[in-house]
Amino acid sequence: MYGMLRGLWSYRGFVLSSIRNEFVTRFARSRLGGLWMIVNPLAQVAIYALILSNVLAAKLPGITNTYGYAIYLMAGSLAWNLFSEIINRYLNLFIEHGNLMKKMSFPRITLPVIVVGSSLLNNALLLVAMLLVFALLGQMPSLLLLWLIPLTMAVVALGVGIGLILGVLNVFIRDVGQVVPILLQILFWFTPIVYPATIIPSYLRGTMDLNPMFSIVSAYHDVLVYAKAPDLGEIWLTATISVCLMIIGLFMFRRAAPEMVDAL
Amino acid sequence: MSLLNVTNLGKAYRTYASEFQRIATWFYLPSKPSEEHWVLKDINFSIEPGEAIGIVGQNGAGKSTLLKMITGTLQPTVGSIHVGGRIAAILELGMGFNPELTGRQNVFHAAGLMGFTTAQIEGAMPDIEAFAEIGEYFDETVRTYSSGMQMRVAFAVATAFRPEILIVDEALSVGDSYFQHKSFERIREFQEQGTSLLIVSHDRGAIQKLCDRAILLEGGTVIKDGKPEEVMDYYNALISEKENATVTVQQLADGSVQTVSGTREATIESVSLHNQSGQVVEYVSVGDAVSLRVTAKVNEAIPELVIGYLIKDRLGQPVFGTNTHFMDCKIVNPVPGEAVEYRFNFDANLGVGSYSVAVALHADDNHVARNYEWRDLALVFNVVNSSKKEFVGLAWMQPTVEINR
Repeated sequence: MYGMLRGLWSYRGFVLSSIRNEFVTRFARSRLGGLWMIVNPLAQVAIYALILSNVLAAKLPGITNTYGYAIYLMAGSLAWNLFSEIINRYLNLFIEHGNLMKKMSFPRITLPVIVVGSSLLNNALLLVAMLLVFALLGQMPSLLLLWLIPLTMAVVALGVGIGLILGVLNVFIRDVGQVVPILLQILFWFTPIVYPATIIPSYLRGTMDLNPMFSIVSAYHDVLVYAKAPDLGEIWLTATISVCLMIIGLFMFRRAAPEMVDAL
Repeated sequence: MSLLNVTNLGKAYRTYASEFQRIATWFYLPSKPSEEHWVLKDINFSIEPGEAIGIVGQNGAGKSTLLKMITGTLQPTVGSIHVGGRIAAILELGMGFNPELTGRQNVFHAAGLMGFTTAQIEGAMPDIEAFAEIGEYFDETVRTYSSGMQMRVAFAVATAFRPEILIVDEALSVGDSYFQHKSFERIREFQEQGTSLLIVSHDRGAIQKLCDRAILLEGGTVIKDGKPEEVMDYYNALISEKENATVTVQQLADGSVQTVSGTREATIESVSLHNQSGQVVEYVSVGDAVSLRVTAKVNEAIPELVIGYLIKDRLGQPVFGTNTHFMDCKIVNPVPGEAVEYRFNFDANLGVGSYSVAVALHADDNHVARNYEWRDLALVFNVVNSSKKEFVGLAWMQPTVEINR
C-alpha cells in the first residue's frame, strides 16, 4: 500500500497532465467542447422536469418554489452523475488501457486516480452550472453548500469501491461489463432522484435503505433543496460502508494487478 | 555488480477451471489452477554496464515475455530480476499518443508515463524538439502527422533521458534512412556512456553489428549464450531444422565454433580454395583470380540440388553470397550416390583481412524449406595486399582519377 502511494506521488505530474489532457481533448473539434458535459445532464433534467413535473411536483412537501421539482431533480442527478460516471469508466478502465499496461511499466494506480480527478472536475463544473440555474430559479446558495465536500467524498469512495471491484472482475469475467449497466439503471430507479422519497410505500422502505446511494442522494436533497444540514446518522453508516468497499476494491486491485496483465 | 541479474526466471500462465477460483486466490483461499502453461523457465543471465546483447529466437520462443518481465509490465511466476537502474524500451513507439493533442503535449504525457516530473520534462523539451526535427508540426495535433513524423517524436521522447538499460526492438527500422542513422547514432552514444543494450531482432546484420553477445531462446529456455556469430550460426541452423535433421557444433583448432546442420540427404564432401594454377591457397592477394571448389555427394533421392556459398568478413557480416538457383544452374533429380564437383571462379576483389566461407546444399532459393547441409566456417582464407596501392575497406574497387584544375 505504501509503495502504491509512493508511486502515485512520483507520478503526480503525469496524473495532473492526464486529467488536463482529458479535459482539453473534450474541446477538440467540437464547437461547444466541454460544455457538452454540462448540457447533457441538464437536458436530461429538463426532459424529466417537463414530463413529470405535473405528476410529481405536488408531492414535494415543504417546498414553496414553483420550480422546486426541477431543483430537486438537479440535486439528485448531481450525486448520481458522479457515481455512475466513476462506475461506468472503471468498468472498462483496465480493458481500455490493456495495451498500455502490457507495454509500459508505470504505477497502475494512476489510471483509477486520473478517472477520479477527471470526474471530480466534471462534477464541479456541473455544480457551478446548476448553482447558476438555481439562482435563476430563485434558490440562492448558502454556506450549507460546504456540506457537499464530505458528501462528494462519500460518493467518490462508494463509486471507487464498487467500480474497482467490478472493473477488476470485468477483466476476467467479461459478463460483468454487460450486466452492470443494467444493474445501474435499476439502481437509478430505486434511488429517489426523479421522484420524492415520500411516495415510496412503507413496505418497501426497509429494502430501499439497503441502497447506499439512498442516504447520499437524500443528503444532497437536504442541502440543495431543503437548505438544511443532512441527517448525520445515516450518512455515517454509508460513508463507513463506502470506505470499506474502497479498501476491498484497492485490495483486489493490488492482488489482481499482476494477473490482470496476463489476462488482457 | 551487474546491471541486470536474471535468476531462475520462469513465467507460467495459469488457467483455472472457473474464474472464481482465480479470484479466490487473491483472498488467500487455496485453489489449484487446472492448467499451468510455462512460457519461460530457468532463465539465468546477467548484463554488465555498456554491454550490448542481442536476443534472438523464433516466434513464440518467449522473447517478448522475457522483455516484458525485464521492463516490469509482467510479473515473474518464479525467480527474480534485479535491475540496477532505469530501463527504457523502444518497443512500441508512439504508444499512448493521443491524436487530438499536439506533439508537445504528447511528449509531456509520454515522458510522464516514463516517470519524469514536469520540471524534468520541461528541461528536456528543447532537446526533444530539436532531435525530432519536425519544425512547426511540433505544436500541431498529432493526427496531422505522417507516420514518420510520429515515429520521430516518439523516438525523441523515448531516448530523451539516458537509461541504464535500453531495450530496442527490430521495429526500429522505421522512418527514413536519415533518421534511422540519427537514431542509431544516439543509441551508440548511450552505449559509450555506459548504457547496456538489449536488442531483439531477426536481422543477423543488426545483431552482429551492434551486439557483443547474443542469447538464443528456444521453447522458453536459453539454449545458447555467447558470441553473436556463433549464436546466429546456431540460430540459422535451428530455423532450418527438420524432423530428421541434426545440428552439430564443434570447436575448430583456432577456437572458433563451427555449426553444421541439415538432413544429410546430400552432404558436402570437401571445400577448398585454389589459385589460377590449381594449388590450394590460404592467402590470396587482392584482385587474384581464385576458384572455390566444393564437392557435394547426393545420398538419397531429392527433387533438386542447389548449392550456395556466402563469404563473410571476420565479424561475420555477409560480404557476398549467391547460389546455383540464382545462377540458373541447379541440378534437377540428381542420382543418389552421385558426386558433383562445383567450381566457382571469381576475382578476389576484397579488402585486406580474414574471411570465412559458409556453404549450403538445399532446394529452392534458400535453405529454410529443405536444408540438406549447411556448413558454417567451411573455409577460412586471408586476403593480403601484395600488388595494389594501399586502400581501406571490404571491397577492392580501384577507380581511375581525373583531376581538373
